[in-house]
Formats: sequence, structure tokens, C-alpha cells
Amino acid sequence: MSIAHEFDYAKPARLKEALALLARPAPRGAVVLAGGTDLVAWLRDGAVSPGRLVDVKGLAELRGIRLQGGKLWIGANATFAEIIESPLVKKHAPALVESSGLVASVGVRNRATIGGNVCSAVPCCDSGPTLLVHEATVHVATPRGTKRIPMKQWFLGPRRTALAKGGLVLGFSLPLAKHAAAFAKLKRYRGEDLAQASVAVRVDAHGAWRVAYGSVAPTPIRGPKVERLLKGVKKPDAALLKKAAALAEAEVAPITDIRSSEVYRRLMVGVMLKRAVKLAAARLAGRGPDYGINVMEEDAQ
Amino acid sequence: MIQEIAIRLNGEVRRAAVAPNETLLDVLRGKFGVKTPKEGCGRGDCGACTVLLDGKAVRSCLILAIEVDGQSVVTLEGVGRDKPTALQKAFVKNNVFQCGFCAPGMILSSAALLAENPQPTEHEVREALAGNLCRCTGYEPIVQTVLAVAKKSAKKKPAARRARS
Repeated sequence: MSIAHEFDYAKPARLKEALALLARPAPRGAVVLAGGTDLVAWLRDGAVSPGRLVDVKGLAELRGIRLQGGKLWIGANATFAEIIESPLVKKHAPALVESSGLVASVGVRNRATIGGNVCSAVPCCDSGPTLLVHEATVHVATPRGTKRIPMKQWFLGPRRTALAKGGLVLGFSLPLAKHAAAFAKLKRYRGEDLAQASVAVRVDAHGAWRVAYGSVAPTPIRGPKVERLLKGVKKPDAALLKKAAALAEAEVAPITDIRSSEVYRRLMVGVMLKRAVKLAAARLAGRGPDYGINVMEEDAQ
Repeated sequence: MIQEIAIRLNGEVRRAAVAPNETLLDVLRGKFGVKTPKEGCGRGDCGACTVLLDGKAVRSCLILAIEVDGQSVVTLEGVGRDKPTALQKAFVKNNVFQCGFCAPGMILSSAALLAENPQPTEHEVREALAGNLCRCTGYEPIVQTVLAVAKKSAKKKPAARRARS
């Protein structure tokens, strides 16, 4: 048997039932099961050992990608494969197509969900930086009603989020605005790998920039210093990019681990920022390659 | 807690009593006697356990059997049952595998790609197979064979259309 400990499993068809199952005491607690690509691996490792799994794949509230209330709604259960193929995401949040396309491999992307990725909240979480630059809102169901949590307040630490016990992420809403963006992911090799570092940038029609980093702090983080520096500049020149890269290196806090050294991460964040800003600026001007590339791969240059 | 599940496995409805902590891979191999999905890394990195779930390539080591109750699962045993598919024949002809441990996953991932996208670019083939690790022959013969099979099928189709008209 590949998972050593035993647990109960329930697949509720209604949200109310799911919340009740999450709230009801279970030995060692109850956890949400979505795509399972993190959770089942952690169960196998014995890193987590809940007494109850609540499979949320039967809940209609967590499904779908649509325009709703003037925003782009992405249900928590949307898989990365669904996000990549969604014409709405491509139109309104194309950087999410770019970052989702770099998540693990096809076999994982067919199963892993954006809600699960954000709730696992590992520092290298690929969705984090992109959702941060979109200033997305996390919609959470609790037994006492629905709560909205700004993405910026979501990540509290490695594998720790603002989701209160018994809460369930329904999905994400992203404000709509004309913009261009880019996502860069540094990996040890082509094909599937966790990010050594990642950078997401977004620029709107007024030249307001938003920048976020992954894998270079305990959580995905915004880059306020670079954002201030670039403010109002739609076509940053080489001198400004150099300054921005230096600021980026200074505003991240990476560590040395199995995938990379601290200094390599810090220096590469500067390189990645420059490339991502250049790419987003080109896209804003109506030039530049289609979304779905990685500027850290040589043939994307 | 034990629950009976029913899945359509390679076209046939199969039932099994499973505990929630049994993975799909455990149940396929241990209870249904289907041995082509392999356990390589056990954490979704290597692709040796790839199966098609409702037509999509997934990692059976990261899915609980209880989750797929009522769904359709295809393993290599269900591909080319009557006679090998064009892809399988080409893989054999070009001797693309050495030890064969990755072969079931490679074949299923390639088959899923070609079903969705019959004329993939080389980049798309590499993307589709990026999660299937091979430690013997390398990827070149596998990628080139998938591309050759796609090319050949493109040539066939216009001919068939002409024949009908």
C-alpha cells in the first residue's frame, strides 16, 4: 500500500454539505481534495495525515471560467489544462495562460487545479505571481457566508494561507483592463521542474506596472520598488531596465536550497525582470510573441 | 471505510472494493491485474504510471481509486487490442525503447496528443512528452517517431477524401 495511514473519503454534491464535512471534527482533521497532485504526493510521503478527505470535484460552485459582474471568474476547480485552453483567459488574463503552461507536465496539468495550487501555497507556486499582478480576489465559502480576500493578503508563509479552518476556496475574480503581461520561469532543465525563480509583470495602457516574484521569498510577493520605478513608462530604455533589475535583486529574499543557491536566484531575478518587462512592453505596443512562451528558454529570445 | 467502485477499464466495466487510501495505480495493478502502468517515482514526476482518464493523460499514482468511480480508464492494455496501432508499429520498427519501463506512459501520452492534435509541431510533441522520463535511449527517436506517424496520417487523409468524391 502506497499510502500508509487510513482516512475517510466523501464527495459531497452540495456546497453546504462540503462545508459541514470540513467543519465536523475528524481525527487529525479534514482536508480538501481537488486535483490531488500535491495532496496525494504529501499523503504518500506522510507529510500530512488527515482523517477525512473532502473531494470538492462534485461542486458546481467551483466550476467554470466566465465573465461575471464585470470580472473574469475562474472557478477553483479549473485545471491548468482548462485555463490554457480557455478563450476568456487568453483574452483577459493571458499571462495566466503563460504561467499555467509552465506548470509541471501535461499529465499533471490535466488534473491539478488553480485552487489547489494557491491553497498548497508553496513558495514556488506558479499561479501566485500571476494572480498577484492581476490583483485577483479569492472568494472563500465559510459556514457563516462568503468572504473575499485580496490576493495580496492571501499568502502568509510556506504552505500557510489566509484561509481559515473549515473554509473552502470557490474561485478567483480578476478585474478586467486593457493590459499586456509576461511570465518568466527559471528551471534547471526543459520540461517539468519547480521554479528556481519566477517573475510576473503586467502593464496597463497608462504605463502602470505590477510586478511579482515566486520562489524568492517565503511566499510569492509583489515588487513595489520596481513598480514605482517603472510607473508611467511604457517603453523602458536600457538604463531604466538596468536600474529596475538592481532594485528587483534588492527587493527579493531568496534562500539556498536543493534547486538553487541564494545568490544565483537573486542575480537571475534581475535578468528575468528585464526580459519580462521588455516582453510585456513589446506586447503592449502590439509587437512581441504570442502568450505561452518562457523568456528563460533560449529559443524564446 | 471500504467502498465499491465501478470503472470502465479498457472498455469493460470492472468493480472493486477499495479503501480511500488506495491509489488508482495500486488498484489497477493489485486488484485488476493490469500491469503496464508502473510505479517509478510515486510523486508525479516520471510519467511511468500514466493512464488515460476520460481520454486525458493523468498520473495514476497521484489519484485515489475512489475518486474515479464511474469514470473511464484506459491503460496500454486497451490500446491496439486487436492489432497494434500505427504509432505502436512505428515505435517497434524504429526500436525507440530499450528497457521499456517508460513505454506504456510514452505510448499513452503520445496517443492522447495525436487524438487531440493530429498534426503537432515538434515543440508540441516535446511538451506532451516532457513529463515522461526515459533513462535509456533518450527522447530523440521517440519524438521523431511521433512526428513521422503524424506526418504519415496527414498524407493519408486527403487521399481518402479524394477517393470518396
